[in-house]
Amino acid sequence: MSLLAAATVVSTVAACGGSNDDNGGGGSTGGANEASAPGITEDTIKLGAHYPLTGVAAPGYSEIPTGAQAYYDYVNKAGGVYDREIEWIYKDDAYNPTNTSQVVNQLVLEDEVFAIVGGLGTPTHSAVLDFLNTEGVPDLFVASGSLLWGEDPDTNPYSFGWQTDYESEGKVIGQYIADNLPDAKVGLFLQDDDFGEDGEAGLMQYIEDQVVETQRYTSGNTNVAPQMAALQASGADVVVGFNTPSYTALTQLTALQLGFKPSQWIYSNVGSDPALVGSLLARFSQGAVSDASLLDGVITTEYMPGVDAPEDPWVQLWQKVWDESGQEGELTNYRIYGMAQAYTMVQALQAAGQNPTRDDLIEAVETVGADWEGPAFSPFRYSTDSHLGISGMQVVQLAGTAADPQTGILVTDIGDADIEESEAEHATPPESGIPDEEPFN
Amino acid sequence: MSESKTPAPAAGPGRTTEELIEEAPFTATAAANVPSAQAAGGRSFLPKSTLLRHLLIVLLSAVGAVILLEVTDPFTNSQLASLTYYAIAAGGLTVLTGLNGQISLGHGALMAVGAYTTALFLQTERGEDPLPLPLILLVSVLTATVVGALVGVAAARLHGPYLAGATLALAVGLPGLAVYFQGTFGGDQGLRVRAPQPPDVFTNFIDLVSGASATGTKWLAYLGTICLLITYFLLANLMRSRIGRTWRAVRDQEVAAELAGINLGTWRVLAFVVSAAAAGLAGGVMALVVRLAAPTNFTLVLSLALLTAIVLGGLGSLLGALLGSALLVFLPPFVTDLGADLGLDSTEAAQIAPLVYGVVLIVAMIFAPAGFVGTLRLRWMTARAKRATAGRAADRG
Repeated sequence: MSLLAAATVVSTVAACGGSNDDNGGGGSTGGANEASAPGITEDTIKLGAHYPLTGVAAPGYSEIPTGAQAYYDYVNKAGGVYDREIEWIYKDDAYNPTNTSQVVNQLVLEDEVFAIVGGLGTPTHSAVLDFLNTEGVPDLFVASGSLLWGEDPDTNPYSFGWQTDYESEGKVIGQYIADNLPDAKVGLFLQDDDFGEDGEAGLMQYIEDQVVETQRYTSGNTNVAPQMAALQASGADVVVGFNTPSYTALTQLTALQLGFKPSQWIYSNVGSDPALVGSLLARFSQGAVSDASLLDGVITTEYMPGVDAPEDPWVQLWQKVWDESGQEGELTNYRIYGMAQAYTMVQALQAAGQNPTRDDLIEAVETVGADWEGPAFSPFRYSTDSHLGISGMQVVQLAGTAADPQTGILVTDIGDADIEESEAEHATPPESGIPDEEPFN
Repeated sequence: MSESKTPAPAAGPGRTTEELIEEAPFTATAAANVPSAQAAGGRSFLPKSTLLRHLLIVLLSAVGAVILLEVTDPFTNSQLASLTYYAIAAGGLTVLTGLNGQISLGHGALMAVGAYTTALFLQTERGEDPLPLPLILLVSVLTATVVGALVGVAAARLHGPYLAGATLALAVGLPGLAVYFQGTFGGDQGLRVRAPQPPDVFTNFIDLVSGASATGTKWLAYLGTICLLITYFLLANLMRSRIGRTWRAVRDQEVAAELAGINLGTWRVLAFVVSAAAAGLAGGVMALVVRLAAPTNFTLVLSLALLTAIVLGGLGSLLGALLGSALLVFLPPFVTDLGADLGLDSTEAAQIAPLVYGVVLIVAMIFAPAGFVGTLRLRWMTARAKRATAGRAADRG
């Protein structure tokens, strides 16, 4: 402990010395680079993460780290952050918390990473939440919309969420239904965990009197016929699903079998990636349904531009980064997700200063994180009171591979915070494609 | 199979039934046939009394474990902590499968019982102290024992594939309960476990031994090791006792055992109960080390991994169970790191780990069908039999 304190003093002194110079962005500050914290040397920064690279959860999710890799390569090619090269180490946990705890132990204790960035999954990341927070390892931008990471910074001061949480998403969808489909009878199809529960809590704030039936499913049980039949029997004409992509495909196919045709399907952002759902539909139906055409007209939400908007300057940047990285495969929404998180991470590292400690990084995100402009439509909510991520979403309707916006950018927060339409123009990426944040102190 | 045939038991005057059972020609469970110190001849320096001998081994192992934990880095400490819960569960399973001949694909579920019990007892309000840890672990053992007894009663009536099927249902079904009663068990994301702080005794001990800082990781590794040593000491004594011999009799010759007055059902249930108790303790330690009890921890893969561990190590041998568990813990990261060093990207490196494990399993089944320990023991017994035959021939000549 005393060692850590000494290191903090040294680096604070160094940072003060550095901040007298003009700018902090491009690594042109005065003073030399120092090994200011575990995982930081004079010319490298080590970051780690855990993903399901094998097993049932691997399709889709295993593409995220390749996207992040592509973006870190891109930044490294341009000189890195403060002339430090970013080393990105990601390990497989096969979506099993036992493995997560082992690989995160390895990342923290053996590889000695500076921070864990974008660890994926609610049950998996739960297993390492206490460990990272007691060891004082920054646990940034967890890839899950659970409230666990951001709701209570006093208990988990080192953890931060990133994507819009499921409760806020539920509120946005709930308000959309209340405004646009006020006479609809709504049936809910929810995953039986935090994901479904948080989403339901948000929805109920707006459409409690419209909900006629609530059905839940357990991840892993692939027969959803009972739930679909119950929704059909209830006479619901709008079905809202807080479920994963596999269950979007399963509900569509099961409804087709039962002849259940609600006038509107609505899926949460997580479950609506058209490319992945399309390939799952083809697989589950053994070719009888060959593409995502079933999803035409489906309403969902977005919190940043995806492959359905190839003209968007951010998507063009991601396309360029992906092409330059020379990795196999196409640009997908999962890869974009990885790149966007990596973009935020580079912002955080720049803001933390030239020779940061782990605590400096946390303080930087808390102090200036809410001001960062990036690929997301709306800003982060980071502060000392909240570690929740992106604050808003847009409701969109899928049409083929494109998505038509149905609302403006709706910004909100958990609890009874109002939903407000954001007036701000969505920022465009910097010319270099690399953010340029000032040190926070 | 032919090259590793057990020497035929030469029944003659002066040979006890015990020795006959020990040398029964079952290759797969060769590792279970522990020769006693007496049988091994007079060259052993170990005490003749089984209890003293086991106590001495436990003491030596404890010293070895402390040295190992103090010279290795924190990450290896955490790996060793994982090793302990696999090894405890595998030790219990090897008693059931190796010694008593019952197969169980449901030990993952019994570990879940222990893990959830520990997690539930550690869930206390802020400021409120949970029960002492040893007591919590003991309750976990008892709960798993009760569940094990229930399953055991059903299992005693089943054989071979039917028993495998019944225990398989347990492995698949039990974690589902955690999702169904999500108010109590936390549903899909499980119960998070805040591991208790290391006691002062431990901090002082580490300070005395190596002067290193007593981290939470190290405390868990020690805790697991203590549980492992106690479990193995008790199991080893049980295996060398009348109970162990009876189990082996039930395994090898049902009819003969029954004729000798052994109630097959009772002894089978007893084996299941002992094995379930070990699984319960393993689950409790696992909950502490992983800091979470969630259904995804206890998939069928866990039960199968335990079974492959004891088969690879040698059925019926505690040392084999330990070695097999070590392979489970150390092989995947080793292979992944090796793959990464050879220039594979992280995804490809992660994907070769299960592949290599599968290849090791196949190769072991071809070249060492009795497992590591079993195969070595077979070699040694064959050599001893040859020497004895040669000796007898020389006497006659």
